[in-house]
Amino acid sequence: MLDFVQQLVSGVALGCVYGLIALGFVLVYKATEVVNFAQGDLMMLGGFFAFTFIGMMGLNYWLGFAGAVAAMALFGMVAERVVVRPILGYPQFSIIMVTIGLGYFLRSVAGMIWGTDDLKIDTPFSQGVLRMGSLVLAYDKLSVIAATMILCTLLWLFFNKTMLGTAMRASSENMLAAYYMGIPVKRVVSVVWAISAAVATCAGVLLAPITFIHSNVGLVLGLKAFPAAVLGGFGSIPGAVVGGVLIGVIESMAGFYLPEGGRTSRPTSCCSPCCS
Amino acid sequence: MDATATPETILKLSNIESYYGPIMAIRGISLEVPRGRIVTLLGANGAGKTTVLKTISGILDPQKGTIEFLGRPIQRMEADRIVRLGLSHVPEGREVFPFLSVRENLMMGAYPRKDRDGVAEDIERVYGYFPRLKERINQPAGQLSGGEQQMLAIGRALMNRPTLLLLDEPSLGLSPLLVKEIFTIIRRVNEEQGMSILLVEQNAKVALETAHYGYVLEIGRIVMNDTCDRLMHSQDIQEFYLGAKEAGARGERRWKKKKTWR
Repeated sequence: MLDFVQQLVSGVALGCVYGLIALGFVLVYKATEVVNFAQGDLMMLGGFFAFTFIGMMGLNYWLGFAGAVAAMALFGMVAERVVVRPILGYPQFSIIMVTIGLGYFLRSVAGMIWGTDDLKIDTPFSQGVLRMGSLVLAYDKLSVIAATMILCTLLWLFFNKTMLGTAMRASSENMLAAYYMGIPVKRVVSVVWAISAAVATCAGVLLAPITFIHSNVGLVLGLKAFPAAVLGGFGSIPGAVVGGVLIGVIESMAGFYLPEGGRTSRPTSCCSPCCS
Repeated sequence: MDATATPETILKLSNIESYYGPIMAIRGISLEVPRGRIVTLLGANGAGKTTVLKTISGILDPQKGTIEFLGRPIQRMEADRIVRLGLSHVPEGREVFPFLSVRENLMMGAYPRKDRDGVAEDIERVYGYFPRLKERINQPAGQLSGGEQQMLAIGRALMNRPTLLLLDEPSLGLSPLLVKEIFTIIRRVNEEQGMSILLVEQNAKVALETAHYGYVLEIGRIVMNDTCDRLMHSQDIQEFYLGAKEAGARGERRWKKKKTWR
């Protein structure tokens, strides 16, 4: 039983990270019908930014975190403006290729700048555990879960209670009507990319103590987060988080209870009925 | 309102030509909308009525010609900037935001505005025009009936307090009773707020009854324009748009007299 709870918590923590990346997929897809396959690499880049601010420049953890999120939000906007917008209106396939290309580019550039070693960020949650009786839960995992819940609440409030958030939902429902309303749709799309890059960065920084940062981390996680988005219906923000958590838990349980090799195949096979 | 004096022109199209890809949809149109008046644009399917409205509101860019709104050229301006100048467009087929609530839909209409008090006031006024919307304030717009969605689309455009309202086929797919109701409100908005309206309609009868001035469009050209009173009594309009039949030898008449302006 104890094992089960511990596996559950670490599964949920990992799943939250998948969910956050999946959230980025969903946000961008809903706003522009673009599947951004570079989403995982935005997360990776966010992790490196945070490493630069915290590990190299020696900033305070929270300051560095905020700095990385802000820098990546800006980066997301620029990426949309420079890479994606010129190709909008072309076939879906071209857009997918462009985002895959962007991912490759980011991975290579990150490797050139920060090297190919695993990097580590010292966080306030890196050490220490929460003991409840004989149950031992690591702070780093709990921090991921708490941060995901806070982020989801903030996003929910933003999308439901602010004019800009409502305008984003409106543009994703009916872009033409949004133009008729005087909503600056292009600027709204830029903000969506900024938000999805910022959320990805949060995922990257939160994940740093668990998996470390290296230039390929985004590819692996992105490929796991994509089925999470599909599992959640690919248009639903809560669905993405639930899908992510589900995949995280299945992965963690499979790793513990099933024979070696079961862990990596599980998430994909649990998704295949939805994909077909 | 004094119908004899000529009020200032707030919208002026001069020789507008618009294309859908290689196809010329509007072939040099000039028209004017005076302040405080309802102007209607009549024409059969495919005459280019909707295209004219889309060109005015900046969804389509004209290839040639100029559009002046309140004295400034707005051709090739971004659609959202044109809305901010006070020109709202109720698109054909309503185009509400289906998963947003009625209230949120209306708030989106007020997106360019910053005055919260004025917006709250206007939302009440829209509910005054369309009490049925108030009953459904928290329902997603996709669950409304066609007539209610049309009311919502008009109400949403009014939320911007436009100087000029473009209305595209407000009667589309509605029962005669609802058409009557909606046009009564269109007239009320025009009279109470002095809002100028450019109305596109297939239902020529109700359009001519509502509007002050009319243009008749055929295959991208304006073939007739006059006050609605005179248009209503014109023989061609009666025969083509109002469905009045000549008594007696109908077939014979039709072949003798060529009924087209081309």
